[in-house]
Amino acid sequence: MAKGASSAAAGGTMKALVAWIDERFPLTQMWNEHIAQYYAPKNFNVWYYFGSLALFVLVMQIVTGIFLTMNYKPSAAEAFASVEYIMRDVEWGWLIRYLHSTGASAFFLLVYLHMFRAMLYGSYRKPRELLWIFGMLIYLCLMGEAFFGYLLPWGNMSYWGAQVIVSLFGTLPVIGSGLVEWIRGDFYISDITLNRFFALHVIALPLVLVFLVLAHILALHEVGSNNPDGIEIKDRKGSDGVPLDGIPFHPYYTVKDIMGLAFFLILFCAVVFFAPSFGGLFLEAPNFEPANPLQTPEHIAPIWYFTPFYAMLRAVPAFFGTQVWGVLVMGGAIVLLFFLPWLDRSPVKSIRYRGPIYKIALAVFVVWFAVLGYCGFMPAVQPYKALSVMGTVYYFAFLLLMPWYTSIDSHKPAPQRVTYHAH
Amino acid sequence: MSEKVDHGRRRLLTAATTLTGAVGVAFAAVPFLASWKPSARAKALGAPVEIDISKLEPGAMLNVEWRGKPIYVVRRTSGMSEGLAKLDGLLADPASKASDQPEYAQNSVRAIRQEFLVVLGVCTHLGCAPLGRFTRGDAELGADWPGGFYCPCHGSRFDLAGRVYRNMPAPTNLAIPPYAFLDDNHILVGQDQSRAV
Repeated sequence: MAKGASSAAAGGTMKALVAWIDERFPLTQMWNEHIAQYYAPKNFNVWYYFGSLALFVLVMQIVTGIFLTMNYKPSAAEAFASVEYIMRDVEWGWLIRYLHSTGASAFFLLVYLHMFRAMLYGSYRKPRELLWIFGMLIYLCLMGEAFFGYLLPWGNMSYWGAQVIVSLFGTLPVIGSGLVEWIRGDFYISDITLNRFFALHVIALPLVLVFLVLAHILALHEVGSNNPDGIEIKDRKGSDGVPLDGIPFHPYYTVKDIMGLAFFLILFCAVVFFAPSFGGLFLEAPNFEPANPLQTPEHIAPIWYFTPFYAMLRAVPAFFGTQVWGVLVMGGAIVLLFFLPWLDRSPVKSIRYRGPIYKIALAVFVVWFAVLGYCGFMPAVQPYKALSVMGTVYYFAFLLLMPWYTSIDSHKPAPQRVTYHAH
Repeated sequence: MSEKVDHGRRRLLTAATTLTGAVGVAFAAVPFLASWKPSARAKALGAPVEIDISKLEPGAMLNVEWRGKPIYVVRRTSGMSEGLAKLDGLLADPASKASDQPEYAQNSVRAIRQEFLVVLGVCTHLGCAPLGRFTRGDAELGADWPGGFYCPCHGSRFDLAGRVYRNMPAPTNLAIPPYAFLDDNHILVGQDQSRAV
């Protein structure tokens, strides 16, 4: 009896505390709007794990990153040695660093799958255009974050990777060389460059990234989640105003996402503990020697998540005495993705109800994207050069011809209610 | 005291305040943007370097740092220099018209003295350091390879005067830095011939 009474009293105190906060801050309101009374479609499948997993990895990158900065030294003389110090002398330093380095690759993998999900089910279509654009900005910000972070270990691949990417800006007419000098703050990639990249990596871009993720989630909760059927659950509401096919995010999807997280962590930890360099894909061999401004590594390749775009850069030859064209093609490949919501003219959103043309076009797109990724990894010789050109042509054809082939493609009628089988 | 609000006046004042604020922000941004330019120390460290070439064997290459960039000094054998003229048809800019070099190095061998090539080891594509591949018919570059430089990043090929072949990612020949012969055994990189003598 006494036990029950005390827990009831504790419950009362808790309620009083929440009420006290609610009068001063919209705590319960926010909890309900975004979690307890956010109604998500009940037919989510495995493709819907990657958003919440990416959010988890973002938090992990911030936490491990904070602990890495406690021992890392952002100077050309000390950076490489301080990373080795973290790996060898700092207790559990190796784990924190491997979580961070593997986390970077995992982040991109999850984001690519998350983006592909949007292409499968038309999640970028009206009214989710702005949601998609926030997502693209996150992707862009992530690329910058990965690039700046990659210089910090001051290995030889770090050095030459930064050299190549910074030089991209040098191809711009007139302002190019001045711009490159301004970015580096020196006549070459030096201590000065390392120091400023560190500042951008640990504070400037993470802040932007967190705000963008917040905007992404707010935009999602404003319009509501799409689903594998690509229909709007808000079109069919019950008498209580709740979508008939919607279920509250908590507890249904919090539990589902935790289960996905457990599965993800099994794979993630397997890489962290048994293959952190992942055969040179996640940590490249030349990066185990210190930066040497006089010696480019024999085979220079960016880290795997940049290789498709890198292959496009190499696919375009120089003409009219400048190689700005390759840079424009690479930039255009990313800029075009922003316009996906307006390029797609299909009357249905989901791949389930689309015609054969889009299905084939998307499948071939995935294949070519993977081939481009492979080519970007290999030296610039045949047959990789020819494959890169073909892949680049397909990439652009897929996006630029989309308004045409999605409007002539056949389609099946989308259902009124979501397809769902109770378990 | 009239209760009527003068909207036109409010709009004008809002616009004027916004404009003044924007100009203020633009001026306040200048110190931050300018702080990214090379500092006084970085500029001072870009001084000329002296290279001793007395021990450089014919057919060999020296790799020296100047302003953090590699400078290649190749002592070309007479065979190496004579082969250059035959390549003109295969090159993108054989006369180095669109390329970057001092006037005194804009000639058929791109050098002050035919024997010594002094070239910036920075690929004109995206700034990698090309590798010296001086043996004819190099295993990786094919049996007809006459010797030259090969960029490992994107595969650009250059001849023994740093001139780029046609249809390569690199648009122009490797740049020649300003340099001067102090005497027969010493080269000064970073200063023009006319000023040194």
